[in-house]
Amino acid sequence: MSSMAETARPTPTIELRQRQGPMKRLWRVARNKPIGALAGVVCVLLILIAIFAGQLTPHPVDEQAFPRLQSPSFTYPMGTDNLFRDMFSRILVGSRISLGVGFAAVFVGTIIGAFLGMVGGYLGGWVDLLIGRLLDVMLGFPPLVFLIFFLSIFNNQGGYSLKSFLLISVAIGVIIAPTTARIVRGAVLSIRNLQYIEAAQSIGNTTPRIMMRHVLPNVVAPIIVIASIQIGNAILAEAALSFLGLGIASATHPSWGAMLQDTRAVWQQAWWTAFMPGLAISLAVLSFNLFGDALRDVLDPRLRSGS
Amino acid sequence: MAPYVVKRVLFSLLVLGVISIVVFSAVRLIPGDVCHIVLQTPDVQQSQCDAINKELGIDQPVVTQYFKYMGGVLKGDFGKSLITKRDVFGEMKDRIPLTVELTLLSTIFALALALPIGVISAIKQDTAWDYVLRFTTIGWLSIPSFWLGTMLIVFPSTWWNYGPPVGYVNIWQDPFKNIEQLYLPAISLGLALSASLARITRSSMLEVLRQDYIRTARAKGLRGNVVVVRHALRNAAIPVTTLFGLQVGVLFGGTVVLESIFSLPGLGGLTLSAVRAKDYSQVQGLVLFFATILVLLNLLVDLSYAWIDPRIRYS
Repeated sequence: MSSMAETARPTPTIELRQRQGPMKRLWRVARNKPIGALAGVVCVLLILIAIFAGQLTPHPVDEQAFPRLQSPSFTYPMGTDNLFRDMFSRILVGSRISLGVGFAAVFVGTIIGAFLGMVGGYLGGWVDLLIGRLLDVMLGFPPLVFLIFFLSIFNNQGGYSLKSFLLISVAIGVIIAPTTARIVRGAVLSIRNLQYIEAAQSIGNTTPRIMMRHVLPNVVAPIIVIASIQIGNAILAEAALSFLGLGIASATHPSWGAMLQDTRAVWQQAWWTAFMPGLAISLAVLSFNLFGDALRDVLDPRLRSGS
Repeated sequence: MAPYVVKRVLFSLLVLGVISIVVFSAVRLIPGDVCHIVLQTPDVQQSQCDAINKELGIDQPVVTQYFKYMGGVLKGDFGKSLITKRDVFGEMKDRIPLTVELTLLSTIFALALALPIGVISAIKQDTAWDYVLRFTTIGWLSIPSFWLGTMLIVFPSTWWNYGPPVGYVNIWQDPFKNIEQLYLPAISLGLALSASLARITRSSMLEVLRQDYIRTARAKGLRGNVVVVRHALRNAAIPVTTLFGLQVGVLFGGTVVLESIFSLPGLGGLTLSAVRAKDYSQVQGLVLFFATILVLLNLLVDLSYAWIDPRIRYS
């Protein structure tokens, strides 16, 4: 009976699709996700602006040589502030701190989170329990309150320096790590008992080797997705800290959040001083959010849960 | 149920204990000497420092200090402010109602927006409504609360010369004035929360609407609204509650920013001024207080699952 069925079964024909080149695949994704693709383009533009801000600005950021509080015009596209400076130049250069801290913080947070999530998920047992409680402790602090607390203790000189840049990035990274850890842990749990892991164990691979060579490559997609989604949050956190005067901005290193705070006394006379920096923050965060969202749909639809 | 509750309460206490150790030791890692902060001048004599250290109990071993401090905290005594010398909890006590009210108002605002948006988006999945609502919510997620607050101050005042009354009146004294003082900061704080709640409401509604019991409810002739509200929304509430628990911390952080913008005398504003003045005993008290409330709220969220969904029995 079974042999008959086998002979009766028609030979399956598999249509081999040519593996598309990277550009073609990118184009296909862009056509399916036009908004995400557009957001991706804006993200790339923002990154380019941050890199080449020095060459792009019409005026030096700290030049105080313009009429005070001019409304936006052709000469001053975003107006001038209360200290006689060109807002457009400052916003362009401000992208450096926002994106710089945003990326650095997500880098730190992803490394911490992915490490904790992988170790907890793969080893399980008391290690997992311990890491879980550690994450509970981290989540027990209101994020912004933690950041204020952390920076008030460790960053007491203020102003712009490499040390303060690293400190604020690490602080924000610590805040975003628990989310990454939970998602990576979940992804690791779903592959931990698969056969190829068992095979790797049975031929005598060491645990660190299995985690690096077999577990990590299979959870890279969720790691990339959660990292891209968190860039927006990191930018928002940096802006809030700068707004509260706990950031790393200075006269020569403007930051969008700090620009908003610096013009506080003149907000009601000159709406653009309050409007433009916030618009820059929102645009940057929106682009990274939309891009991250599209990336999630493409790379890892399982993560699709709304938040 | 009972063993689960006991276990969960014990874990929360453990987490709170670790948090208190973290906060307590972090404050002791502060670079520079406490007596410089207290005397607010860089040149101080060793004898002055010794006196201050003795007064604050810093001359004792750290572990002794910790247990002494925690013993006080459990009795509601958070010590004295380094700078104003006033009672740390006394400073906080009068400010708690404002911050609680602001947080509650933003939550109500966020839910009032999020639930309808999430439900409509889910029922009308992949229609123009859905796309518009989804795009709107992701836009809201990108607006920093402090910028929205700023805009809500700047534009009404330039266009209509309108500004909310300054200061804070207790809600029992003058409810209308109280709400008028708080509605703008509450909207600023609640908008981003409503966006994330709407998004999770949509996705968990979508999951629930595909279940068999929804089809059964429709098949037995219940009207669409009844099915959606009574059968679907309640079952979709668990992820929404979980996310809310996680987002309460963001609300607390937001009060720091919005109380500063709207010059409201709440806990958030106190946190900021204590940090600026380097009043670490006040900061320590505030951080511990915020963390405790947050951990307790999340405990409540966890325990509320069985009430929302009686099928959950916490085995």
